[in-house]
Amino acid sequence: MKSRAFNVSVPGAQGAGISADVARRLFRTMCEIRRFEEVASERYKLGELPGFIHLSLGQEACAAGACATLERGDYITSTHRGHGHCLAKGADPARMMAELFAKAQGYGKGRGGSMHIADVAAGVLGANGIVGQSMGLGIGAALSLQVQGRNNVVIAFFGEGASGAGIAHEAMNMAAIWKLPIIFFCEANAFAELSPFGTHVSVPDVAQRAAAYGFPGITVDGEDVFAVYATVRQAVERARRGGGPALVEAKTFRWHGHYEGDPQNYKSDADHAKAQTFDPISLARQQAADVPGLKAHELDDIESKARGRIDAAAAWAAGLQSPPASALTEDVYAEA
Amino acid sequence: MAKTKYYQALTRALREEMQRDERVILMGEDVGESGGIFAQTRGLYATFGANRVRDTPIAENGFVSAAVGAAMTGLRPVVEIGFEDFVTACMDPLVNQAAKLRYMLGGQVGIPLLLYTFGGGGVNAGPQHSQSLAAWFAHVPGLKVIQPSTPTDVLGLVKSGIRDDNPVICLLSKKLIGSAGDVPDLGTDHLVPLGKADVKRAGHDVTLLCAGQMVQAGLKAASLLAEEGIEAEVIDPRSISPLDMETVLASVLRTGRLCVVHEAHGFFGLGAEVIASVCEAGVPLKAPPRRVTPPFAPSPFTPSLEALYLPSPERIAQTVRAMLEPA
Repeated sequence: MKSRAFNVSVPGAQGAGISADVARRLFRTMCEIRRFEEVASERYKLGELPGFIHLSLGQEACAAGACATLERGDYITSTHRGHGHCLAKGADPARMMAELFAKAQGYGKGRGGSMHIADVAAGVLGANGIVGQSMGLGIGAALSLQVQGRNNVVIAFFGEGASGAGIAHEAMNMAAIWKLPIIFFCEANAFAELSPFGTHVSVPDVAQRAAAYGFPGITVDGEDVFAVYATVRQAVERARRGGGPALVEAKTFRWHGHYEGDPQNYKSDADHAKAQTFDPISLARQQAADVPGLKAHELDDIESKARGRIDAAAAWAAGLQSPPASALTEDVYAEA
Repeated sequence: MAKTKYYQALTRALREEMQRDERVILMGEDVGESGGIFAQTRGLYATFGANRVRDTPIAENGFVSAAVGAAMTGLRPVVEIGFEDFVTACMDPLVNQAAKLRYMLGGQVGIPLLLYTFGGGGVNAGPQHSQSLAAWFAHVPGLKVIQPSTPTDVLGLVKSGIRDDNPVICLLSKKLIGSAGDVPDLGTDHLVPLGKADVKRAGHDVTLLCAGQMVQAGLKAASLLAEEGIEAEVIDPRSISPLDMETVLASVLRTGRLCVVHEAHGFFGLGAEVIASVCEAGVPLKAPPRRVTPPFAPSPFTPSLEALYLPSPERIAQTVRAMLEPA
């Protein structure tokens, strides 16, 4: 795949210069996200998770590839479909699970739930229940970095559904005017809520919109974690050097519904079939053969450890207590 | 003491806090080189530079959301929304983000954000430039709402609001922009705590609780009534949330009569809340409590109609007289 915006090729693992260490990390993160979402889905079906949850099965390469380019001092802002982003940026899966189970040890003391998981110390400014706000909050974090003279960057995740919201335009326009260190990362997962891409977006690629703001826009294969990583890495390096914002759009595919329990009657047979074949983890296994120094059997080990870590997190979280009644009115205001 | 104008007290508060704390930044439409539509930010750009004094595009949702993101990551943003009516374009970052993030995130963050805006009527600005929305914001847990009516309270409340670790909405009055009053001399760090009402005039016959520019109307009404031997106590809540009910209850306990005056609508407004609280507290009343507010209609541009719309000193005095008539 050729990127016009950055004038580089993104041909996959080998050409992108992916080291064995990075490949292992990308694979591990994807496996953790996959397992986290599988377990969440199972537990939800069992009625153990209150409220509603939005899963990112099939989209693992986006979170893993994008966040692997970041340092701890960098920030991300996320969406209602944010489990993968939080995990990839370094949030603790046990405390995330505790939040899904509405337990006091969760990141939000069990009061926020799936859509409000944040680990501010790890640079995760939060999943968010309002579509598009990740972009506004994201430019605010980037503004902080610029005003404070910090050499960090922000990735604001959003979906093609958010790309039609006014705040997407407002945020990208301001980011360009102020030359903020931010990457707008669009996970175009083929559906916004219950409707297909074309219902929400007037052009074939959300990345085309970048032209309106005068910064680079690139569309990348969201099944290919190495391509996502290589592309975002260039955007991040550019932003870190003071080059300003970029828009990266990853074409990915949402396996499940908008929310767990969504009957998905808006999906065609072909859509359902694609959910069986579009698999960034399988693709990464194939591509791994091209990564010097990476042995195939290592991947099995990484996957098994990732599953173990998530399963242990869920087992721990399920056994915790609910928050005390006093938590009902805590943290409404900070002490002045 | 020094005489200063309402808008200059705002400028001074911003300047002093930006000097005191480099994390304080100012953002909004035309707050930079132009010095603001009412000259309220004049000189700040020259002193603090483009990094800390940011002109924004006309994109309230976007730049208020940005201010919330900045407040989560180490800055203490001050945001200007020129007209209070335009706050409706950024309700999401205020109500869904700023107000709730601390709670949803388990106390991981505070949102030290002060948003000031000019609202209210009396300048024939029409239905989209005259609203008073204090009750909307006061209804949201996580937000604080202040409404200063004098230059000294503008200075003290804005400075305190900037130092507060919570999102604070500061509702200023357009009509009062050019009004003058005494403020402590330069060099005095004048702070007014949030949640503390101010008795602007003492009296024993009736409690007049007046918000924003209605404080001036209430004081004029009190003068009219004094000529007739009626002594009204005029209380300025200054802060709508938190609301100093202690001061109000103590006053009503003495006067036995309560009249609430505001230029926001009566329906579900400050008066409704205060009167309900007084009733719940079981304070014995000599007359049914009253509200003086505009009718339940948008604020008209028409000068003759807007004069009827806003509570006037005469209308307030008339209401109080009726409260003192023997049943």
